[in-house]
Amino acid sequence: MAETKVKEAKEPLFGKKERKLLVDPLLDNNPITVQVLGVCSALAVTSLLMPSIVMTVAVVFVCAFSNLFTSLLRNIIPNEVRLIAQLIIIATLVTIVELSLKYFDYPTYKELSVYIGLIITNCIVMGRLEAFAMGNKPWKSFLDGLGNGVGYGIILIVVAFFRELFGKGTLFGAQILPEGYFANNLMVMPAAAMFILAVFIWIQRSRNKELIDIS
Amino acid sequence: MSTTKIYLFVLSMTVAVAVILTGFRMATADQAAINEKVFNKRAILKSLAGGLDGNLDDMSDDQVQSVFNDNVKQFVIKADGTLAEDATLVAEDIKMKKEVKKAVADRNLPLFVYTNPSNNKSYYITSVRGKGLWDEIWGSVALEQDFNTIVGVSFDHAAETPGLGAEIKDNTAWVSQFTGKSIYNDAGEYVSILVRKGGAIPGNPHQVDAITGATITGDGVTKMLENGLKLYEPYFATLKAGK
Repeated sequence: MAETKVKEAKEPLFGKKERKLLVDPLLDNNPITVQVLGVCSALAVTSLLMPSIVMTVAVVFVCAFSNLFTSLLRNIIPNEVRLIAQLIIIATLVTIVELSLKYFDYPTYKELSVYIGLIITNCIVMGRLEAFAMGNKPWKSFLDGLGNGVGYGIILIVVAFFRELFGKGTLFGAQILPEGYFANNLMVMPAAAMFILAVFIWIQRSRNKELIDIS
Repeated sequence: MSTTKIYLFVLSMTVAVAVILTGFRMATADQAAINEKVFNKRAILKSLAGGLDGNLDDMSDDQVQSVFNDNVKQFVIKADGTLAEDATLVAEDIKMKKEVKKAVADRNLPLFVYTNPSNNKSYYITSVRGKGLWDEIWGSVALEQDFNTIVGVSFDHAAETPGLGAEIKDNTAWVSQFTGKSIYNDAGEYVSILVRKGGAIPGNPHQVDAITGATITGDGVTKMLENGLKLYEPYFATLKAGK
């Protein structure tokens, strides 16, 4: 009896450790603002809110499930070809996302097709596989992927919010700022995402001094 | 781990993935093909702007299909003004991407004639294709029965920058500028439409404003319209003469 109790305490389905895996990447270990990964797509797709949200959903899906599958296969993937194996898992999932979009929402597929394919090269996804999923159990890996995907997505959506609002005066294509608002064209350019990200990082690091030494 | 084992692993993984993806693709292919057709038909009907009976955004996919079946006649024409000899060609199946690579005389050009059931007016929808900044751009241009006045246009693109070049598709205010413009001047000469950097000269019926920050895409639209609409000229001339 005592033994089983210890075991239960060791491996709860959603304990402190799991919570940390899920919540940490949202703020204090955010893949974009703290690890500064995946910045390329954060610059490219964030000029409008709607594509950013679809991109977020796609990355969360790919990140969570590639982590899960890699973790399931981690003991049989030969070390010599592990990167290729990881890449195949990611590419398979991305293709599934692409085909599903074609099936369910063709206009969005048309809008995002280039960027969906580029998820394969998103360093966050592969980074998590290599750093976490190869050495951890499936459930934890899944949570880790979920957390990192959402952490990436939050930044994407917030950046897109500011860029669409000030760059075009709209949100989801609907006019928000008054008609006379003179759109700030700089916000439409990818460089604007860089400024917004930098402000983010600044605020985050002045709030939490521990982050200054990381990265 | 031995090399044989690695080969075996890679091989079995490849086979597994191939089977999964093929299955997934086959399961979704039919619906995806229909979606693509409806998507293209919507883009064609969108060029009608106010000329369309009803609101395109409110139409279901089935309604779009039935509008196409009931009110749209499709023709495939040649740049010399004749109908394409191959009667099996259907305008909606023509891929402009392939056609623009052929010599002008060999091109098959789709022409959609929409008749509005509520006022019996006919509109002639042409297809054009050209180059933007990053990749190809294309679209439909709907003309009135005079083959001169533009009812509306709809453009699309492969990879123009969101918020800049992509505005040719997304910015409805910009697209609506084309409505009412004419492609012939008073002397009857073909002038097409100019996307003018710095803004259209007020009152000029052959110009529209350019999009700030998207000069090359705008120039691409100008070129695409100039080269594309011209090809329909001979066929429209025979239609006019036949009246």
